[in-house]
Amino acid sequence: MTLLEVRDLNVSFPTADGVVRAVRGVTFDVDSGQTLGVVGESGSGKTVLTQTLLGLTPGAEVTGTAVFEGTDLLELSDDEMRQVRGEQISVIFQDPLTSLHPLYRIGWQIGEMIRSHDKSVSKKEAAARSVELLRMVGIPKPETRVQDYPHQFSGGMRQRAMIAMALALEPKLIIADEPTTALDATVQAQILDLLLRLQQELGTALIMITHDLGVIADIADEVMVMYAGRAAEQAPKRDIFYAPHHPYTKGLLESIPSSKAAGGRLKPIPGSPPSLINLPSGCKFHPRCGYVFDKCLAEEPVLHPVAESGWHLSACWLPATAAGLSAAAEELREQVVMAERGQEAADVVAAALAELGVSATEADTTETETTSDNEGSVA
Amino acid sequence: MAAERGDDVLVRVENVVKYFPVKAGGFIRHTVGHVHAVDDVSLVIEQGKTLGLVGETGSGKSTLARCVAGLIPVTKGKVIFNGTEITKLSRSAMRPLRREVQMIFQDPYSSLNPRRRVGAIIGDPFAIHKIATGAERKRKVQELMERVGLNPEHFNRFPAEFSGGQRQRIGVARALALRPKLIICDEPVSALDVSIQAQILNLLKDLQAEYGLSYLFIAHDLEVVRHVSNKVAVMYLGRVGESAPAEDLYDKPRHPYTVALLSAAPAADPDTAAARQRIILVGDVPSPIDPPAGCRFHPRCPKAQEICARVEPALVRDPGKEPEGESATDVPGGWAHVTACHFPVVPGENLATAGAAVPASITASPAKSPAKSAVNSAAKEELS
Repeated sequence: MTLLEVRDLNVSFPTADGVVRAVRGVTFDVDSGQTLGVVGESGSGKTVLTQTLLGLTPGAEVTGTAVFEGTDLLELSDDEMRQVRGEQISVIFQDPLTSLHPLYRIGWQIGEMIRSHDKSVSKKEAAARSVELLRMVGIPKPETRVQDYPHQFSGGMRQRAMIAMALALEPKLIIADEPTTALDATVQAQILDLLLRLQQELGTALIMITHDLGVIADIADEVMVMYAGRAAEQAPKRDIFYAPHHPYTKGLLESIPSSKAAGGRLKPIPGSPPSLINLPSGCKFHPRCGYVFDKCLAEEPVLHPVAESGWHLSACWLPATAAGLSAAAEELREQVVMAERGQEAADVVAAALAELGVSATEADTTETETTSDNEGSVA
Repeated sequence: MAAERGDDVLVRVENVVKYFPVKAGGFIRHTVGHVHAVDDVSLVIEQGKTLGLVGETGSGKSTLARCVAGLIPVTKGKVIFNGTEITKLSRSAMRPLRREVQMIFQDPYSSLNPRRRVGAIIGDPFAIHKIATGAERKRKVQELMERVGLNPEHFNRFPAEFSGGQRQRIGVARALALRPKLIICDEPVSALDVSIQAQILNLLKDLQAEYGLSYLFIAHDLEVVRHVSNKVAVMYLGRVGESAPAEDLYDKPRHPYTVALLSAAPAADPDTAAARQRIILVGDVPSPIDPPAGCRFHPRCPKAQEICARVEPALVRDPGKEPEGESATDVPGGWAHVTACHFPVVPGENLATAGAAVPASITASPAKSPAKSAVNSAAKEELS
């Protein structure tokens, strides 16, 4: 059953330097009991996307729709949104220390969450419920720990307390924004385990925002890969990992050190993500893409199905059959690139390679850096 | 084996202890305890090789790195760099040696002065050690910038004009300026996105091959450490629990903590993630102010027995057997696979199910009362 339907969502922020186009035309569904993994680098718009759904981006220009159980979240007034937030949809943020109030006891903070949505709950009942929630997320001796302040909790325990708070009103959807990034590996394993278990018990839907493909491989059902405010690729988890179509997805997978490539050279993606104020022409990934050809510079590709199932979508001009990590797929990609690449696209590739240090001595290929060169010579 | 411990050892750390005092009281501060940040650690770093140091927050890996760099004095023990004991040197005697050891820090945003130009930042080592001035310095800076993949024309820019990955390249250029023998990399890529991370890791590898650098590489990402390291040492609460050549450690981990750490590391592969049996450790890392008696890992260890709470296991080559001859002197960072555990994990053993057999009093006992937990578990032993 579809719980949340987001259609053509655009979010931009007017700033003194220009309009920051943080999210551009994103469409996705979240089903109840399912996990959608949203993966992308810093500045890909993944956090802005979910904060907009909760009305947490004041000052932004938002278009599109986000229908949650029949109501468009983007149309709600502040008061109505306050009812949805916490009760229907709740959030777990990255840094549990800054999202808990340092001067209030943990139990009070969880209790307040319950009482602010339902005034009929007495303080005593709320306190009892806090203890129960802390027990559910695996905090030892919850009866005494509810009296603690956030600084008395370790990082992992604080994140557990945040999860307890997010679960307090049994929401239908939880948005977890990098919930384990600040934690150690063994604690991260505990928290992911907890989220999975609670999801199975309570049937909550989850949107997991992360930059870590390892977390995605663990707990997502569907995956959306974001780049420069747009979905580059959207597919069930296995397709993303075993048959990636978009060169960005492929590049991400290849740049992770793994046991298979131990000791050898990694294959990084050259360059860095573009500024959201001054986006490149055509496909926004083209300055970093090894398969760029002339069409990529002129026209921005839209998401289209690249597999027969219809569930695997990719926004790339490469032919639909050129998906996957096999040698055959690589050959097909090379063929297309050879046939379609003109001088302009060849320059882009040369510039990217030069920046990677592949041919650092041939420093004459700085086509893309003309603006920066000007500043340099003035100085 | 003698050759491995002979001439090609660059750094030798011998029984280094670093305690930080914990102060309390209002007007008159007095010491009420010590944070046992590094507790009796020995290791070697070989010439031209990389020693990876892994461990969770608070395991003492950064403190150890700062002791090796001579940035903080050690409480006890020796750091011998290239034949010179640096722990005894005065500040002025230390200065020429500082050229040989450089650091790259985690956060490329806070480790560069935002108000100084990149050329000045990278040129600082030349100024401090009075190596080059004027046009000569500028030429050297631009050479360095080119070597690390920055546009040499950008030497007049401020750090804010660079992206995270480029800033880390600035940090690398600064560390490289004086052609050091050892570079200590303290989480050099953990603040970077994966696509950028791979760029920096490749750069570090190329520089090592070109200049014969040695690295002490600290990271919490086990796959990153595996990728760059020849030897890997695992730290837990100020001690080294296990050390081995990288492939050996990842393929045949012996210490239960290493096994748990490896099983907890996220794998970017759904099939591997689904097939693997994760060992979920109970509780958190105990406080280093009052570390548990015996083996420091025993309150969280799925294999803990009564002896673990009482006797601290020695770091030996083949645990479980009596150390003989040379193996007793094996040092982390060398070629031997050494483990500090009374009941090391054997290949094929399933730790994920071992937890059930352990008396709850051991695993759940708070770390504050190691003596008590030892008594508890002793009692449990008697009962059963």
